[in-house]
Order: sequence, then structure tokens, then C-alpha cells
Amino acid sequence: MQKYSGFGLINHALSHHENWQRVWRNPKPKKKYDVIIVGGGGHGLATAYYLAKVHGITNIAVLEKGYLGGGNTARNTTIVRSNYLWDESAKLYEHAMKLWEGLSQDLNYNVMFSQRGVLNLGHTLQDMRDIERRVNANRLQGIDGEVLDPQQIKEIVPMMDCSDLPRYPIMGASWQPRGGVARHDAVAWGYARAADALGVDLIQQCEVVNFIQEDGAATGVMTKTHGVISADRIGCVTAGNSSVMAAMAGFKLPLESHPLQALVSEPIKPILDTVVMSNHVHGYVSQSDKGDLVIGAGIDGYNGYGQRGSYHTIEHTVQAIVELFPVFSRVRMNRQWGGIVDTCPDACPIISATPVENLFFNCGWGTGGFKATPGSGHAFAATLAAGEATEMTKPFSMFRFHDGALIDEHGAAGVAH
Amino acid sequence: MFYIYCPHCEEHREEEEFHASGEAHIPRPLDPESCSDEEWGEYMFFRTNPRGIHHELWVHAVGCRKFFNMTRDTQSYLILETYKIGEKPSITSAAAKLQAQTKVQEGV
Repeated sequence: MQKYSGFGLINHALSHHENWQRVWRNPKPKKKYDVIIVGGGGHGLATAYYLAKVHGITNIAVLEKGYLGGGNTARNTTIVRSNYLWDESAKLYEHAMKLWEGLSQDLNYNVMFSQRGVLNLGHTLQDMRDIERRVNANRLQGIDGEVLDPQQIKEIVPMMDCSDLPRYPIMGASWQPRGGVARHDAVAWGYARAADALGVDLIQQCEVVNFIQEDGAATGVMTKTHGVISADRIGCVTAGNSSVMAAMAGFKLPLESHPLQALVSEPIKPILDTVVMSNHVHGYVSQSDKGDLVIGAGIDGYNGYGQRGSYHTIEHTVQAIVELFPVFSRVRMNRQWGGIVDTCPDACPIISATPVENLFFNCGWGTGGFKATPGSGHAFAATLAAGEATEMTKPFSMFRFHDGALIDEHGAAGVAH
Repeated sequence: MFYIYCPHCEEHREEEEFHASGEAHIPRPLDPESCSDEEWGEYMFFRTNPRGIHHELWVHAVGCRKFFNMTRDTQSYLILETYKIGEKPSITSAAAKLQAQTKVQEGV
């Protein structure tokens, strides 16, 4: 792998940028791998990378039906934070946060991780009680967090309406300074490039249409374009399509797939240097390095795989944003899109063995999977390498929906993002 | 936005009047006390979540406030039918498959 550096950039400028290496190979799949990862999004690519790097398993294929990072990885609003309530999930998201902090160096690829802070606003007495409980829990877990009053919020975001005038006045907020945003495409590309350099085969436009099973154990996958590819272990990281994959393998998951929409405005001058989220009026906004406001909110209530949602959902989102930021009322919106999120009943992911031996699923991240990309990949890689749940992934078994040990993160997952 | 026919009001209304309530035709176990954890978990949480024809429960939340069923394609979002609780869907994925097969055969 050609190492990226400032010096390299100058060097390539001298040769008119004609000698850059391809970022990853485009290999033909082998007949058999140690591990197959189904799904080439951020989480799948991260899993492959950490399997190769941490566990020394390099005979891996990542099978992607479209192109790398073309699903939810390319459709989210890039918010990164780790202020979850319960120990199990806070540990997982904080694990991700620690990896984020060194990710650009680790991958030798600038993922533009910017720790500009995340505000979660409270508009009611109950909101504030929840915020205080969560921030106190976070501090015990070793995660940074503060409770701010409206005056302190005003200092951070001066043009937000912190007065008594809005229908739901801002009463306070939780503030995680280490939270922020990262460039979503770069995360997928960075992981893909680094995994490829370690010998992982990234196979694009290779849709898995069935799992091959013998005596209740998965031995490979049937693909549309390359026939049967065998593997000792299979990790399925297919987000919104996880239920469809599970149905192929012959079992059900406690998931429902919903469209989640987001939109960006025309680029404007720097105006917002942090991330603002509100569960109560249900909207969130940040400003990208390009200058556009990145806005999102709730899922559409119905099940859907269409990567688009209803317009009234967008209307509600924009209403909430204008309520918080009257100054944005005349900003024009540029693009709008939808992704398919696999929501879990307890708003926590599933990183789990399944009823089929050697087949593992990493899914159910719902509306907030992007922030967990490195941690999810790292934890799932450990699970795949060991062939069983690790200390970190044990609470996230799909069988928690049988024994009732749910991890209710609806409060901290809050606004869908 | 969907334009939904409420089988109780017998008219089309806009989607904002309705609320989607998930998969339909999930019978509550007759004797919950005798369910195993697995059976109860399956009933409570596990869903088919198909990509394609889906039977789902909707409520006319700001209209008649009654529940009804809908058959809808989760890929194309096409609403195929709405029907009252207790009635059977006339369009099912099995029936659609059969129809597609006969079409192919007619083509031959």
C-alpha cells in the first residue's frame, strides 16, 4: 500500500499526480475463505480490517451487492458520540469513540473526525431529569459529559433561540465535548483500503442470494455472479436487509426495517461549529466542512425497503429546526435522501451467534450505527475470531429477546440519527 | 405521502391521519402463562419484516381511531388493499408468486 503523507502529496504533484496507486484491488473471488463478510458497508469493512489486523485472519472476502459504502454508510448524518445510558452499550460506544480518536492515523486515511462536541437538548422537566441521570451515568462509566443550562448553551451556540418564546423552550442540555462528526465516505474507503492492504478480498457487485447449510451449520454462500463460495465462518453485516438475509438462513430476527431520511441545505458560510440534537422537538443539525447544514430526524413509521420516505416527515423535521434556529428559516434545501435502518425493539444492536452454526449477525444498529462503526467492527471481529460472544458482545445476543435481558436505550438513542 | 383508504370511514385520507402499528395477524398466545420464554419472545419481538408484500396493522389515529389491516409492498410502497380486522387478506405473497408463475406460463 502506498503510504499517504504530506511529503507524498508534494512528490506526486511533481509527477502531475499520474502515479497514484489504485486504492484497492478488484480481485476475483477464491473458492474458499476462512471468513466471509456479507455486506461492504462501514461496519462490514471495519470487521474485515480488524479481523486481519488484530486477529491475523487475512483469508477473508467481503461480498457487497452494490459498491463499497453505498448503503447507509453513505446516507447517514455522520454524528459520533458515546453518551449512552446503560453500562453495556456505553462501553461499546465508548470503545468506538476511543478507536475514532486514532482512526485517521491507524488507517493512514483522513476520516476528517472532528470532535466539535454534541449537545442533546432538553425541553421538559422529564427531559432534564433523563439528561441528568444519563450524564451522571456517563461520568461513572468514564465518559465525558456535562449538564448545561440555557445560558451556557447560548455561549456555545449563540444564534440558537434559548429564550422563553418557542413553543418548547430549551431548559438545558447534555454536552459531550468529545463527540462530533466524521466524513462517512472516508470511513468506508479508509477501512476498505487498509483491509485490502492486509490481503482482504473486496468483491463488489456480488449479491448473496442464499446460505449453503449442512446439518444446521453454514458452509458457504450462493452468490448471483460468482456461484458458491465456501467459508468456515460467515459474518452478516447487512443493516436494513438483515431480516431478508435471516429469512434465507431460515430464522427470524427481532427487527423492523424503516426508511430514515436526511437532508442538506445549500452551502453557507460557517455558522454552526457543533452538533445540536433534540429528542423532544425531534430534529438535529450540524454543518459539514463543505458548508451545508446536515439535518435529520425521525424514521417513517411504516416498514419499508424503498430508500425513500414521506414528505410530511421532512416537514416535521424542518419545523423543529426552524423552531430552534429561526435564522435558518430562509436557507434553501439542496438534497434529500433515505436509508433503510434495521430497528431493534430495545434500540440496541445485535452482535450475535444465530440458530445456524458458523453464521453470525451484526445488525439492529437502527438509526445510530455510524458512530459505532470502528467499535462494531472491532467487537464483531473478536466474536468471529473466537467463534463465540466476547465479554463485550455477550449482552447483545439476539437471544436476549427470549430471556428478557433487554438494554433499553430509547432515551439515549433518542432522536433517530 | 400515502393516500390511504380507511375501510371503516370508507374514504381515502392522507397518511398523516394514520399511524403504522407494525406487522398484522400475530395472534396473542391463548395461554400466556404456559408459554416458554422462547415462545413469548417470538410473539413479542420477532417479526418477518419482508422485502415485498407485507400485511400490517394501521390505526386511523386522528380519524375514526379504529384499527384496520393493510397489504402493502415494502419495496415499491404500493398499497394493494386495506381490510377490516378479522378479515383475511385477498393478496398474499404466495398468491402473488402463483400469479407471476402463471403469467410466465402464459407467456410461454
